[in-house]
Amino acid sequence: MLKVRLIPTILLKDGRMIKTRQFGQYRDVGNPRTVAKVYDAQRADELIFLDITATVENRHFLFDIISAVAEECFMPLTVGGGIRDVAQAREILSHGADKVAINTAAVERPAFISELSKKFGNSTVVVSIDYKKNAKGKYEVFTHRGTHATGLDPVAWAKEAEKLGAGEILLTCVDREGMMTGYDLETLKQVTSAVSVPVIASGGVGTIQDLVDGIVIGGASAVSAASIFHFTDQSIFKAHSHMKEKGLSVRK
Amino acid sequence: MIVIVDYGLGNLFSVQKAFEMIGADVKISGTAEDIHAADRIVLPGVGAFGDGMDVLREKGLDRALTEEVINKKKPFLGICLGLQFLAETGEEHGEHKGLGWIKGRVRKLDVEKQGLKVPHIGWNELSMVRESPLFADIKSDADFYFVHSYQLDCGDPQDLIATAEYGEKITAAVQRGNIFATQFHPEKSQDNGLKLLENFIRWNP
Repeated sequence: MLKVRLIPTILLKDGRMIKTRQFGQYRDVGNPRTVAKVYDAQRADELIFLDITATVENRHFLFDIISAVAEECFMPLTVGGGIRDVAQAREILSHGADKVAINTAAVERPAFISELSKKFGNSTVVVSIDYKKNAKGKYEVFTHRGTHATGLDPVAWAKEAEKLGAGEILLTCVDREGMMTGYDLETLKQVTSAVSVPVIASGGVGTIQDLVDGIVIGGASAVSAASIFHFTDQSIFKAHSHMKEKGLSVRK
Repeated sequence: MIVIVDYGLGNLFSVQKAFEMIGADVKISGTAEDIHAADRIVLPGVGAFGDGMDVLREKGLDRALTEEVINKKKPFLGICLGLQFLAETGEEHGEHKGLGWIKGRVRKLDVEKQGLKVPHIGWNELSMVRESPLFADIKSDADFYFVHSYQLDCGDPQDLIATAEYGEKITAAVQRGNIFATQFHPEKSQDNGLKLLENFIRWNP
């Protein structure tokens, strides 16, 4: 039986691990390699790295980190941040990533999803969708780290991304990110019902019960979290064992 | 020396590092010459069946592999797409001919009508069909990491070593003589995966 996946997200900027709230209020929280090793030892099911380094000169930090982690942690790694063409995706994969996450470039040029999926197989392509409430109070997809409105509805965009060849959807509610108030279960449920590829829930986990809710109520195939593992005493171990207690099938 | 066959697709870095972690002498190569010189051969892979087979043929690697694995019986490990290539035919984006070392067809997972997601991504537990030295010291219900949308229907049940349950019984591992292959990724399956790779480098079929 397939196990539900618990995936810590490691946000990177200029070679450091950071934390944000609603994509703002940056805080340096440590060395990403050290943190990745801890998550590996605690038997996280996968790791997601999202790099928000703004300058091209500092992009090499990402490659160094991915290679170093891939040399030590024999688990699946998804890497995203600024990937705009097939060559960049190939470079990330050649440094040890198993899947690439694309976001802004996919919205700007949806055919990019198909190009990647044709080249590397759809299970290598994760389409990352950031959404938040717009001025009218309606959920809308935003790109460029939550700053550019796109006019897209998150559910419709997820369906389109699947059609174009996305193998997974990483769904992040910007309004909840770093707030530790739980996932936006309503939108999560709409997206997981609308697509037939796995959806990774992201943004808002504050308790280990939120992880269970993301799967049981939201219908997610995988749950991601960051703050809870940095700022509370909840570990991957505790989260896994709570999920198991609640009847979910987790890895032994 | 173990040669990891490079045909331009997929993440070979992790396969190489996993073998290095267990102390193996390993080389990534896309040449027939290195395949002929290898003691053991690993065919990993992510990507599409047809494209991958085309590259193997264009580079003449299919002939080199057949010579060393079928005729000279060198220990062989296929991973993911590297398992699917062993089939007679694959149905991904049209019908394609495989290496034909294992009887059977590769077809799309047929589980969406049960409400299951495709690709099949994540950790799934194995169910052993037959004993294999490659699973020595690994628990019979161990979890391994899968990521795929297609699977091999074995033509000869004798080749089937392990299955996983995902709406249907999925072929998880096959073995025929010196040929062993897994649908899951040992190089991504932490301790269980490293143990399997260790069993492979010690295996003398």
